[in-house]
Amino acid sequence: MEKLEKYLHPYWWYIALSMFIKFLGAAAELTIPYLMEIILDYKVPAGSRRDIYLYGGLMLLCAAACLGFNVIANRMSAVSSGKITRAIRHDLFAKLESFSPRQMDSLTTSSAVSRLTSDTYNINQLLARTQRLGIRAPILLLGGIAMMVSMDGLLSLVLIALLPVIGIVVYYVTRISVPLYTKQQTVLDRVVGTVQENITGIRVIKALSKTDYEKERFRKVNQELTDIDRKAGSVSAITNPTSTLVLNLGLTLVVVVGAYRVNGGAVRSGVIVAFLQYFTMILNAMLGITRIFVMFSKGQASANRVAAVLRAPEDLTVLPETQPEPDAPHIAFRDVTFSYNGREPDLQHISFSLEHGQTLGIIGATGSGKTTLLLLLLRLYDPDSGTILIDGRDIRTIPPEVLREKFGVVFQNDFVAEGTAGDNIRFFRPIGDDAMAAAAEHAQADFLRERPEGMEREVQVRGNNLSGGQKQRLLIARALASNPEILILDDASSALDYATDARLRQALYRNYGDTTTVVVAQRVSSLRHADLILVLDDGQTIGAGTHEALMESCEEYRSIAMTQMGDGKEGA
Amino acid sequence: MANPSMIGGGRYSRGENTGDTRRLAVSHVSAGAMLKRLWSYLGRNRLLLVLAILLSVSSSLLGLYGPKLSGQAINAIDVPAGQVDFSTVFRCAGLMVTFYILSGILTYCLNIVMIRMSRRISQQMRHDIFENLTALPVSFFDRFQTGDIISVITYDVDTVNQSLSTDLLQLMQSIVTVTVSFFMMLSIAPKLIIIFLFTIPIMFLFTRWLTGVVRPMFRRRSAKLGALNGFVEEMLSGHRTIRAYGREDAVLKRFDEKNGEAVDAYTIAESYGTITGPSVNFFSNISLTLVCVFGSILFLRGQVRLGDLSSFVQYSRKFSGPINEMANIIAELQSAFSAAERVFALIDAEPEAPDSKDAKELESVHGDVEMKNVSFSYIPGSPIITDLSFHAQPGSLTAIVGPTGAGKTTIINLLMRFYDVDSGQVLVDGQDIRDLTRASLRRAYSMVLQDTWLFQGSIFDNIAYGKPGATMEEVVAAAKAARIHSLISRLPQGYDTILSDNGSAISKGQKQLLTIARAMLLDAQMLILDEATSNVDTRTEEQIQAAMRTLMAGKTCFVIAHRLSTIRSADHILVLRGGQVVEQGTHETLMAKRGFYYELYQAQFVAQGC
Repeated sequence: MEKLEKYLHPYWWYIALSMFIKFLGAAAELTIPYLMEIILDYKVPAGSRRDIYLYGGLMLLCAAACLGFNVIANRMSAVSSGKITRAIRHDLFAKLESFSPRQMDSLTTSSAVSRLTSDTYNINQLLARTQRLGIRAPILLLGGIAMMVSMDGLLSLVLIALLPVIGIVVYYVTRISVPLYTKQQTVLDRVVGTVQENITGIRVIKALSKTDYEKERFRKVNQELTDIDRKAGSVSAITNPTSTLVLNLGLTLVVVVGAYRVNGGAVRSGVIVAFLQYFTMILNAMLGITRIFVMFSKGQASANRVAAVLRAPEDLTVLPETQPEPDAPHIAFRDVTFSYNGREPDLQHISFSLEHGQTLGIIGATGSGKTTLLLLLLRLYDPDSGTILIDGRDIRTIPPEVLREKFGVVFQNDFVAEGTAGDNIRFFRPIGDDAMAAAAEHAQADFLRERPEGMEREVQVRGNNLSGGQKQRLLIARALASNPEILILDDASSALDYATDARLRQALYRNYGDTTTVVVAQRVSSLRHADLILVLDDGQTIGAGTHEALMESCEEYRSIAMTQMGDGKEGA
Repeated sequence: MANPSMIGGGRYSRGENTGDTRRLAVSHVSAGAMLKRLWSYLGRNRLLLVLAILLSVSSSLLGLYGPKLSGQAINAIDVPAGQVDFSTVFRCAGLMVTFYILSGILTYCLNIVMIRMSRRISQQMRHDIFENLTALPVSFFDRFQTGDIISVITYDVDTVNQSLSTDLLQLMQSIVTVTVSFFMMLSIAPKLIIIFLFTIPIMFLFTRWLTGVVRPMFRRRSAKLGALNGFVEEMLSGHRTIRAYGREDAVLKRFDEKNGEAVDAYTIAESYGTITGPSVNFFSNISLTLVCVFGSILFLRGQVRLGDLSSFVQYSRKFSGPINEMANIIAELQSAFSAAERVFALIDAEPEAPDSKDAKELESVHGDVEMKNVSFSYIPGSPIITDLSFHAQPGSLTAIVGPTGAGKTTIINLLMRFYDVDSGQVLVDGQDIRDLTRASLRRAYSMVLQDTWLFQGSIFDNIAYGKPGATMEEVVAAAKAARIHSLISRLPQGYDTILSDNGSAISKGQKQLLTIARAMLLDAQMLILDEATSNVDTRTEEQIQAAMRTLMAGKTCFVIAHRLSTIRSADHILVLRGGQVVEQGTHETLMAKRGFYYELYQAQFVAQGC
């Protein structure tokens, strides 16, 4: 919870003011039974009708004040809790964006989504309701007690003695229920995950007629959620009837003790009547407070989940700047070793250097570490040992905004957002129409010109209305649009036919001569003109050189090339 | 409000004026229709409901008897000092304790029953939503954001659930309390009741008016929250790309806009929604004042006793408290209703058109596939395929080639009947596939799609996915055939390794191998390979090809691939260009023709520089 306190800070005065107004409302409300007692105890026996009307009028006034104050305070609480939630969500989203892929992998996207939505919603509810009930209930409670004490100390003691009992009940219930609510949110993550999987895999599921299996899978996790939800609810539900019972028992005691006091002439019977009034009020206040505790349990579970994200240490911090090495190549890997899980290395002792405008091709079996190498170059992960340099500077010393500016990237199966084709090429960057059009042209995305909408052409969720090849060309256009210093293409043209792929390569060669390019491909034809080709196998370089050199020296490479070009003699 | 008959037809349509985001749009229904719909859920738990009502009535009755008893006790106390009737006091106190304890136990039992019921209902709702999700056509998911759908399953169902469990429970107790209090008051001092005849109708009318004002606000709140979720889900799934481009700030700015809209919608709804409580409280305070003033006058006239007046005031507080609560609940119900609208809209979204009544099971498949004059478009007006015809003999290999965007993936969508043709026919073994059950049609195919899909589960489960009850031997055999066995056995947990979110622990190519293994395990008569090998390195592909040949033996195969050399052996080649089959035939005849296929083939050699 502590982590979230700072969000309350800017609204301290506002909340204090709203609570003060709420307090005034509660005071007005509290005065009503007090005035009533005066009428019943003094004005009625005195038989003064004028006074009865007068005090009745005062009661009405208090009722009106109570209405006004409460409406204002409620509105203020909605405003402040909305603003606080907005700030928390802002920071949470920013923090999630700043997560390294490693952190995101371990958190999982579905959990991130539910923390941002379901958990912040719970916090919002907690904030709003605590403000609405949080002041009124305790004030009614304290005010009620104060009034009672002022009327009769001994009778009040009966009540005060009971409050700790309620406190203990609330304490234990909260202690049990908070972990339950935390678990509930975890199970909710899994529900979200299952739904996500079903939506993304809908074609496979339908093709394999696995609908029933998926229903069963969902049924299980749904059942689990229901069970934990019910368990948490059943524990929380103890508080309310228990505190009501305790207070009602107190009320009975008051009547009995009161009977002795009245018999002894110590108090008037009107006091007992008023006491019972206050008791009802306190009871309602108590119910309000226990409701807050239930919300608190739920809110705290969520707040902890949110705080866990906010507290996550900053990964991939920037090291202090150092003097760049003179006459350094554009990109250099020096004995880079990396492992995702910290056990088996995924890349070992990778070294190479690349001059400005050169092209690096990477080829190798699946799982040989091709993509991993790119991720390290982009500094989405840090190597376990060795250094990666750009223009002679260790990339860990380059501020991220400077580093990212250098790159244009297309990942395998990269992210296409809902919107227009133009949105996807621009990708939140200030890129002009001409640059976009040029990038699209170079990326061979001529399909954009087929329709009158052009760049405004609609792109559905996940690019579902585009073919694989259209998506890839859109993504390549995105990468080219900023005219990057370094272009990274991770199997980015696999869905393109050879002719288009060849045209793309020519366009890159002609228009991006100064751009240093790193290409991962399965096709030798996509790489053969590269200045340097790395052949990776199981995370190690087993061949490095030009196409010609590798054809001579690298058995693996030669066999790949031979298979692909095959016995295609008839076309030659 | 809207026509209640809309409820059945409340289906998703594209949200209007939403700019860049398509939201789930729902039809608005009246409160009555909504209650009726919610009732259908309550009704399924009739036993619990009856139990809840019984418990609620009895616990409230017991609780309500309290003031009557304390009133009696006070009447016994309201005498000059020294004359208190202690036996009455003790008798009353004893009864009070008994009643309160019983009432407490009953209340707890009631809570448990209500919780059980409401959780069951939300479980049922999630279940119904999911059931329908699995029945929806593929096109639905091509159009709507996952996050928005998830928002319905989590936030909206939860909102409905909360309101059913807490609000409905209180509403029920309130109704009992109000009714009982009313009769109690009637029995004590009928004249004072007249006051409530004025205040309650005013309260009722006011609440009704306010509800009408507030409802659209809550609707907007749900919709905006759904839009925010959709955005969040989409952007987080593109996390790596956003990081790579360093666009965090720009995305955050867009997030802020959506977040702002959601918060504003919330603040407005909440501000107006919370007027109800204090207003109703105001009316009940007025009632109380009037009761007090007129009660005092009646006392002065000697028409009521002090103890009675005390009881009456207690009851009238008991009376107004629940009414106060009821008004609050009605406000809460507004948010529940707008949430429920979204829930029901998803449940009602039109599923895949059911199989035709006389649809036959596709049995003992030969694998004779034919397309006759097929035309199709995703968006009306922009045809993807026009007048396509071809015939694939049983056991033949059909290669589909052509430039990207020529409609190759669409052919698969049509073969599997993910989409229905606009005109023309698709025939399997001479039967129009629309006359067959979808399940049997799709079972007849095994496929490896361009987008590999794995779920959170063990590698074993992922491979065995298409074949329930597959043995370890079968799975291992399939994995070996897909050349992924050695990699799997190198993993610490082997086949029990759990693939995490998006299977990020393994590479794209490995994922593809797993999906190939999955397809290997199926014993379907027809096979579809869509770019299946594009992410696998050539050497592995060679090995897979060999395995595939065995798998494909005697099966009708459709292969989309760009490596012309691997398709040369096809029995039949469909050359697509701009949605038209421009050429068909074997490699030899097409090469001899020196047409478009010849060009494509040449391009490959030019590209490879041979």
